[in-house]
Amino acid sequence: MTSDLTALPVSGPPAAPVPDARVDPPPVQSSRSKLVERVIGVTALVGIAATVWLGLWVTPPDKVQGDLVRLVYIHPGVAWVALYLAFGLAAVSSLLYLWPRTRSLFWDRLAAAAVEVGVVFNICTLVSGSIWGKPTWGVWWAWDARLTLTAVLLVLFLGYLALRRIPAEPEVRARRSAFVALFAAIDIPLVHFSVNWWNTLHQGATVLNPGLKLKIHGSMAWTLLLGFLALTLAFVWMLLVRYRVGVLEDWLAANELDFALAERQSEGAGPSGTDPGAGPGKGPSGEGPSGEGPTGDRVGVA
Amino acid sequence: MAPAALPSSAVSLRGAVALSGRFPLLAGVDLEVAVGETVLVEGPNGAGKTSLLRVCAGLVPLASGRLSVLGLDPARNRTTVRRRVGLLSHDSHLYDDLTVIENVRFAVRAAGGDTSRIDPACERWGLVGRLAKTPAGKLSAGQRRRVALAVLTARWPEVWLLDEPHAGLDAAARTLLDQAVLEAAGAGVTVLIASHESGPVEELAARAVTMTGGRVTAERSLVPPSTTKAPSVAPEIAPDVPGAAREDGRVAHVA
Amino acid sequence: MWRDAALVAGKDLRIEGRSRVALSQVAPFGVVALVLFAFALGPDRQVMAKGAPGLFWVAVLFCTVLAIQRSVSVESSDGARDGLRLSGIDPAGLYLGKAVAVAAQLIVLEVLLAAGVVLLYGARIEVPWMIVVSCVLGTVGLAATGTLYGALLSGLRVRETLLPFLLLPIAAPVLLAGTRIWQAAMAGGTPASGLQWLRLLVVFDAVYLAVGVVLFGPIQETA
Repeated sequence: MTSDLTALPVSGPPAAPVPDARVDPPPVQSSRSKLVERVIGVTALVGIAATVWLGLWVTPPDKVQGDLVRLVYIHPGVAWVALYLAFGLAAVSSLLYLWPRTRSLFWDRLAAAAVEVGVVFNICTLVSGSIWGKPTWGVWWAWDARLTLTAVLLVLFLGYLALRRIPAEPEVRARRSAFVALFAAIDIPLVHFSVNWWNTLHQGATVLNPGLKLKIHGSMAWTLLLGFLALTLAFVWMLLVRYRVGVLEDWLAANELDFALAERQSEGAGPSGTDPGAGPGKGPSGEGPSGEGPTGDRVGVA
Repeated sequence: MAPAALPSSAVSLRGAVALSGRFPLLAGVDLEVAVGETVLVEGPNGAGKTSLLRVCAGLVPLASGRLSVLGLDPARNRTTVRRRVGLLSHDSHLYDDLTVIENVRFAVRAAGGDTSRIDPACERWGLVGRLAKTPAGKLSAGQRRRVALAVLTARWPEVWLLDEPHAGLDAAARTLLDQAVLEAAGAGVTVLIASHESGPVEELAARAVTMTGGRVTAERSLVPPSTTKAPSVAPEIAPDVPGAAREDGRVAHVA
Repeated sequence: MWRDAALVAGKDLRIEGRSRVALSQVAPFGVVALVLFAFALGPDRQVMAKGAPGLFWVAVLFCTVLAIQRSVSVESSDGARDGLRLSGIDPAGLYLGKAVAVAAQLIVLEVLLAAGVVLLYGARIEVPWMIVVSCVLGTVGLAATGTLYGALLSGLRVRETLLPFLLLPIAAPVLLAGTRIWQAAMAGGTPASGLQWLRLLVVFDAVYLAVGVVLFGPIQETA
């Protein structure tokens, strides 16, 4: 076995000697990404405004549900984002973070951003579903299978965010969050089946997803599609912004480390190392409480 | 910088940085320990001695730099390294509700050790009779340390990492410990002892490195254990590394 | 792996045998929960008998949280968790061992709670084997997920408040399935409807046990 250290298996990022205690410049957003973000944001806003206008004034009311049907332009859209887009993105990103070959804090930050924005859309889903349900079912909440699943997903999202609040190194926090996301992702299909079977056994509560029995055609179809697109774009925009905030947060936290490293390294240095009057804790020679050892006459006894 | 390394090294660190949260426990450690060597790691409290041992045991991952224990990377060959390394730390890893003998049995079996060595080890450290059946929660600190030592000597791993081993032990136990360390060293075990005391502990080691501020900042040779008679004397000067400053019997240079 | 699992399970159960925490603290809490449910739902035994399956499983969930907390806190004495890592014990074996120990404690608790439910609420059981199988499968699922989350949160001070919050939504399928199976097995239920729920429990258990066995090692190094 060679003692040449260069032949050693690497157990950290290759080679740099002790990291320099120097504050990194703050991450700057390139003007291109700024432009993209702005374009997406404006488009989303315009799209939502258009959907609202079309939904409230231009499209006709439904024969059966009357004006209540106008929620169809919002509710399925936010539901799709919350249940599939946000959740799916968070799950896939977490998986990619855990997978050694693709491990990168990018995925972790993306997952966290997706979950946080997902919470917003999730709440919108529950609220819009509830508003729809009141006139339809007579109650604010009727344990409809879909909405129940959404509620469980919300709790899982909130659990993920609660876990992320615990102060920890980015890598540790990322791993922990990724595991939680993975477990939640595994659980959701199981909850989905459970809740669906659970609900169908009750004859009383209606299982109708308000959107299913509608015939959507003409201007309603276009508005629905527009709603979907606009809400998806809104999600993307919020995701980008939240991700960027996450990068800034991590930069802020990381630079605390460099300051700490600099301080720590200067603990042992100093020309006063051999001065008998040196304060305790300074100097390369072993002093401290055992100053009476054979080298004790060299340094000041603490 | 480091003394000429023997062909096989038990522990090798280069530029090792280890973090706990944001705090750098090790801020760039370079150290080379040959197989069968006994090295004393000294330094004030908070210098990183405990962290160094924990890193070598594979408990704390490196943030950067290289580490090799018995030629293996502890991050990749976790189980193998851990089974061949024994760490004696501040905690004794005992379950309060289990008796001494149950704790020793569990610890040795968990580490894949030889169960036939358990009883001799317990006898060696005086964990017999009523003491053996006492729940670990009722033990004093010194007794807990002895239990941990019993586990260590029963397992007899190739590398011993001892963190302040004399702390909490009475004179008789200290003598037993010194004997155990010398016996292990004689049997080719690599021993790293972290201690902020000097004196008797220096007789166990051939070399001492000093740590401050998370780095190894000095190194000196000690009298080989077999030639020391008196408890606490200034060490004789070993041949020093060329180019280093000599101060009053100590060979000191900054790594 | 199996050897290590047996070692760890034996250790945990021996500790439980000495300290009797599950018996003297968790079990009474379960019974108290049943009594409180009775107060909440009123003295009408019809209502209570109808709700018995659900109440049983909610009480079991509460006891699970306590059992998991205990299982994790056993390792925090004297740095025992580090000791387990240092020993190089097989993480999958460690996981299974701890899960088995928790499951064993839960089974005993469930027998007690089932007796309580029959006595206190007047529930009548028609198909005993379904009750037993559902309890076994449900317990395995709860122990599997609980041990996993317990390990994930093991070092943290906020574990006490965070564990129920994280674990209980995950355990929702067990609650739903357990309740449905019990309902099917009670007087006035249709046993056949319970079968698909049994299948769900089997899938749940298999999935989470597999996840635990594979991921417990990395989780241990994270916490």
